[in-house]
Amino acid sequence: MADIALRTVTKHFRSVTAIDGLTLDIADGELTVLVGPTGAGKTTALRIVAGLEKPDQGEVWIDGHNAADLEPAARDVTFVFQQYSLYPHLSVFDNLAFPLRSPARRVSEPEIRKRVEEVASLLRIAHKLANKSTQLSGGEMQRVAIGRALVRKPSVYLMDEPLSSLDAKLRGDLRVELKRIQQDLGATILYVTHDQIEAMTMANRIGVIDKGRLIQVGSPRQIYEDPVTLYVAQRFGQPQINVLPAGLLPNGALPVGAVTVGARTEHLDLRKDGGGEAVVEWVEHLGDQNHLHVRLGAHRITTLTPPDTPFKSGDRVAVGLTKPLYFDAQGLRVRSA
Amino acid sequence: MSQALTTAHSVVAPSPLSKRIAGAIVILYALVSMIPLAWILMTGFKTPPDSIAYPPKIVFAPSLEGYCNLFTTRTRQTQEYIQSLGPPQTICDEITRKRDMVIAGPSNYVPRFWNSLVIAFGSTFFAVSLGVLSAYAFSRFRIPLADDLLFFILSTRMMPPIAVAIPIYLMYRKLGLSDTALGMILLYTAVNVSLAVWLLKGFIDEIPREYEEAAMIDGYTRLHAFFKVVLPQAATGIAATAIFCLIFAWNEYAFAVLLTSGEAQTAPPFIPTIIGEGGMDWPAVGAGTTLFLVPLLVFTVLLRKHLLRGITFGAVRK
Ligand SMILES: Nc1ncnc2c1ncn2[C@@H]1O[C@H](COP(=O)(O)OP(=O)(O)OP(=O)(O)O)[C@@H](O)[C@H]1O
Ligand SMILES: [Mg+2]
Repeated sequence: MADIALRTVTKHFRSVTAIDGLTLDIADGELTVLVGPTGAGKTTALRIVAGLEKPDQGEVWIDGHNAADLEPAARDVTFVFQQYSLYPHLSVFDNLAFPLRSPARRVSEPEIRKRVEEVASLLRIAHKLANKSTQLSGGEMQRVAIGRALVRKPSVYLMDEPLSSLDAKLRGDLRVELKRIQQDLGATILYVTHDQIEAMTMANRIGVIDKGRLIQVGSPRQIYEDPVTLYVAQRFGQPQINVLPAGLLPNGALPVGAVTVGARTEHLDLRKDGGGEAVVEWVEHLGDQNHLHVRLGAHRITTLTPPDTPFKSGDRVAVGLTKPLYFDAQGLRVRSA
Repeated sequence: MSQALTTAHSVVAPSPLSKRIAGAIVILYALVSMIPLAWILMTGFKTPPDSIAYPPKIVFAPSLEGYCNLFTTRTRQTQEYIQSLGPPQTICDEITRKRDMVIAGPSNYVPRFWNSLVIAFGSTFFAVSLGVLSAYAFSRFRIPLADDLLFFILSTRMMPPIAVAIPIYLMYRKLGLSDTALGMILLYTAVNVSLAVWLLKGFIDEIPREYEEAAMIDGYTRLHAFFKVVLPQAATGIAATAIFCLIFAWNEYAFAVLLTSGEAQTAPPFIPTIIGEGGMDWPAVGAGTTLFLVPLLVFTVLLRKHLLRGITFGAVRK
């Protein structure tokens, strides 16, 4: 196992700045999740750690060594690619055995068989080992791709949206499974996802990047409760944080520079009030909970309510705020004095 | 449902009638283009008089005389001499003696055919090997002036190769490459390699580089990854390219006439020089041509699985 340190890493592709001065520490045995919009540079960041791209500036340290001159093979990392990682000309078994058969390792065939079968049953693809890798469903392919990373015991795992093409149930199962494996192995993982639930549940730390820059890094709780920008606030939380003009709802003195206010369920106080200025538009039943859609003048507020909610559509309600999040015109957080 | 699907892709499933018409056209075309082939095949089994009979004979008594003549040289002998010989050893002995001749020895057909095999397969091997290596380099590495280099490579194919026949002839004489298998292999390789680079680059471009990158992260060197991952994936392209190269090298006539006359002569210039008594020995020419078609046929059939997909230049790859 190893720790990773990125030091002001910058990478350009012709005119595009894919990574812009990225500094990030990933502690030994920690699972760090990178989230960010498409094109943010998440894949590029992983590729730089793997040694597939050379940074234009900055340094990558793996396990206390400057990795600048290390070939990908010498970095003892493994990479689950966003797409295309299975060899179509090989069977599932041979795909899983491929990393173990590399000239850099000397693993005996019986040992290979043992490791491959272990991983295959862990990922529930043991019955597909003899298949051609082209004869798998998308979800099975992705599990084989994850399996290829797991058969080796590298010091760093790099995973680029490894669960993205799985159905919700399998994704949930594997999420738990991967997290358990990570804890058992004490593995250092740098993990990219678009899925906020994956990020919130799996991560020791979350790094949010946008346009190649690290916007915020912290524990899932910090990121959720104390976002530094509106973008980060909007990225996490279901339903999405409500963004309203600051001062629309009375909440004492506004912090200096506050232009918008972000209000999640926990920041909102809804009371039935015949004279209230807001109207419940509809109640969306999700089973274990409900989304309440409320119209307030030209604005719409969405919030969570328990399934036995007293609200129904047409109700007039009064809306209050408790300790909401304020943002300035640039979307940066402003805090009350 | 299927309606919605077909319109979404703006592809209309062919109706049974249009399928039948298309099928008929294809069959007709195949028949027409097979007439010369059938004619060659038939001529090979005719006797010399039948082969030049007018009107041409469609129905005839088949004979192996063409094949016997193809593989042998013969001399005319007196009746008495032929009778003094023992009983004929082979069917060719028998056929030859009926024409008052005896077999004097083997003809040059087998060595010429062998030359063709060596030169065509040799040059195909080199053209495809060089092609796949440079296509890989062009596809994967940042090469200064890559586009200009690629265009230069293509431009070597822009004039008909025969336009440089005279300079090559003079050069080869100076270098001692005239009438050598090595010279012909080099020449055909040079002509084919541009085609190979361009065809193969298209195929290799389509192989995601993540495949090699995954292998390289897993501890393989780039060269290892190339052999273990890229080559198997490029098999389709390699097969298609090899067939194109082989067809050119196998059929090439003009350079072969000019640059080979003895030792290294290939089959194409040799076959039309098969002279029998009183002019061209058409059955032997037919027989030689028929056999000449076999290697290409075998090679193409062996690789046809790849060729079918390869000839669409990757357009329908999964
Ligand atoms: N090989 C390349 N050549 C040119 N530009 C590239 C290359 N790789 C990435 N880029 C550019 O760099 C930026 C970051 O790309 P990257 O793939 O890292 O994004 P990402 O965050 O992984 O996005 P996604 O969520 O869509 O996978 C994008 O603007 C992309 O177009
Ligand atoms: Mg990506």
